[in-house]
Amino acid sequence: MTISRKGAIEKLEAEAGDVNRLYEKPVGQWRLAMRRFRGRRSGMAGLFIVLALVGMALFAPLIAPYEPNEILIGKEDVTRRDPPCIHVLGCPEDTPQHIMGLDGNVRDVFSRIVYGARVSLTLGIFTVTLALLVGSTIGAISGYAGGWFDNILMRVMDVILGFPSLLLAIAIVAVLGPGLRNALLAIAIVTLPGYARVMRAQVLAIKESDYVSASRALGSSTRQILLRRVIPNALTPLVVLGTLGVATAILEAAGLSFLGLGAQPPTAEWGSMLARERNQVFTSPHLVFFPGLAIMLTVLGFNLMGDGLRDALDPTLNR
Amino acid sequence: MISYISRRSLLAIPVLIGIVVVVFLLIRAIPGEPCTAILGELATKEACDRFNEANGLNEPVIVQLGIYLKNVVTFNLGESISFSRPVTQMLIERLPLTTELALTALTIAVGVGVPMGIVAARRHNSIIDTGTMTFANIGVSMPVFWLGLMLAYLFALILKDTPFVLPPSGRLSPGVFPIPYYEVWGWELTEGSTWAKFNEYISNHFIFNTFITGQWEVFSDAVRHMILPAVALATIPLAIIARITRSSLLEVMGKDYIRTARAKGAKESSVVRSHALRNSMLAVVTIIGLQLGALLGGAILTETVFNLAGVGRSLFEAITARDYAVVQGFTVVIAGIYVIVNLLVDLSYAFLDPRIRLE
Repeated sequence: MTISRKGAIEKLEAEAGDVNRLYEKPVGQWRLAMRRFRGRRSGMAGLFIVLALVGMALFAPLIAPYEPNEILIGKEDVTRRDPPCIHVLGCPEDTPQHIMGLDGNVRDVFSRIVYGARVSLTLGIFTVTLALLVGSTIGAISGYAGGWFDNILMRVMDVILGFPSLLLAIAIVAVLGPGLRNALLAIAIVTLPGYARVMRAQVLAIKESDYVSASRALGSSTRQILLRRVIPNALTPLVVLGTLGVATAILEAAGLSFLGLGAQPPTAEWGSMLARERNQVFTSPHLVFFPGLAIMLTVLGFNLMGDGLRDALDPTLNR
Repeated sequence: MISYISRRSLLAIPVLIGIVVVVFLLIRAIPGEPCTAILGELATKEACDRFNEANGLNEPVIVQLGIYLKNVVTFNLGESISFSRPVTQMLIERLPLTTELALTALTIAVGVGVPMGIVAARRHNSIIDTGTMTFANIGVSMPVFWLGLMLAYLFALILKDTPFVLPPSGRLSPGVFPIPYYEVWGWELTEGSTWAKFNEYISNHFIFNTFITGQWEVFSDAVRHMILPAVALATIPLAIIARITRSSLLEVMGKDYIRTARAKGAKESSVVRSHALRNSMLAVVTIIGLQLGALLGGAILTETVFNLAGVGRSLFEAITARDYAVVQGFTVVIAGIYVIVNLLVDLSYAFLDPRIRLE
């Protein structure tokens, strides 16, 4: 490979910059990660999507032109499952504007999609928080204790991983009864082993490190070592896993809702909106298209952000 | 190698038993008496007693578990209440559809995903690479049921009058029936025997059955019905396989032995094919195996969207109808397949990478 003169100069400058950096204030791990994260276009795109969704969820009443469950029959000159009507795109001015059309109960789809962001985000974040807390506690205790205790806990995790996750989630919801909260619980249970395994692997690695031995020599209790030394150092992979986990949780919850096991009507939830109108796909495709698009964009946002975070936080990719 | 195989296989047994126990306990955890759930809310006390007696529900739970485990091992999975037929018979009829769907989807995912990943890695940082990865990111985030419905809309309605039209639901067109291979070949099978059941099971793989017997019209009909569900189901695994292939190939291409091979003057194509690809396939094989589990889960959604009577949809319907025998039986079989596939993946991994079995 030939290096152009310009390239050579740039390379020299970069090396000089590296030398100069030695005299700068040292940059912290997190700041460094932030810098790397900002340099990645896809990660930033993910962050942008996620922030837009959070904004949509927070300011839903300001963005949505109607209430999510407001039935418009009698209030406006509209009928069931009217296709989208956008004035800028040539829809007659005298018809009321509904940019995503109306659903089978004559409700504004766009408003329901906007409010749906609240449901999906809350569900995704709660599920992951729950799974992460319980999973990493199990992993930490298991890894730290070792021996038969570790063995039993990990075999239990293996059993959970032995099921296709959606299948186990369906079975759990069948026991608990359909509904958003139970769907949340079910998804938390089926995703728990992932966090437990990662935490355990981290703990096993950190347990043997010199600073933990030093801490123990100074007389720290097991609890102190776990909370002060082990867990903070194991956080990085869990942050990444958690971000990607939100994407999985939202996708699985949408699947459960699609099967009628998650959110129940009239909750404005994307999966159940889509499920209720799925037989109308040939006559009113907009009722299936927009909720699905919302699910996909949300999941995409968290996936991209998670990938970006992983690249940014992994020191082995530093060079 | 043999010691590794036996060690790894033995490890799968507690997991399998665990799964059976979990399913059993989950079913027992469903609120309400099994008797009223199955015979109806208005069942009399006598009817309930008779029912409990007949189903061994008066025994302690631990004894019931023992009986159930024994039944599972002997493939006696009980009888469906909503269909009044043995669960095993339902599996014979419905499992082949899911197997064919999952395998077709896997073929698409591997057949498209691996080449896509290779091309992206070979043209690292080019437009092709960015495009492929964008596609892969979108693919991973795709709700299967949404994609399925949109595909159905596109191919059954928008493309209705073009040669690309594809059926949006069902397994075969109305009036089309495949003749089982054992009838075509005039085999004498005793009604109800295990051998006959086994052959019935195999012949219910319509695509396979019509292919080996040369019933080409039925074959093409079955394939045309399979395309949309399989493509929908394949999307997520395809995207994941493309990503893994790309990153694993990129990693291998940076290794010293690739530089050495190039320094020796080997052609670039042979460097990629015989040095890089072979080593990068280890990660790909693992992920392919893991995706088969995801396919089984995704089949539940795909079969619902495309109105296919496979195990996924039957299982979901059984849960809604509280058809416990079906739920128990199907869950155990699906989870069992999943565990065995994972076992095979681990074994193939050890076969491909000697370091693992020597650990």
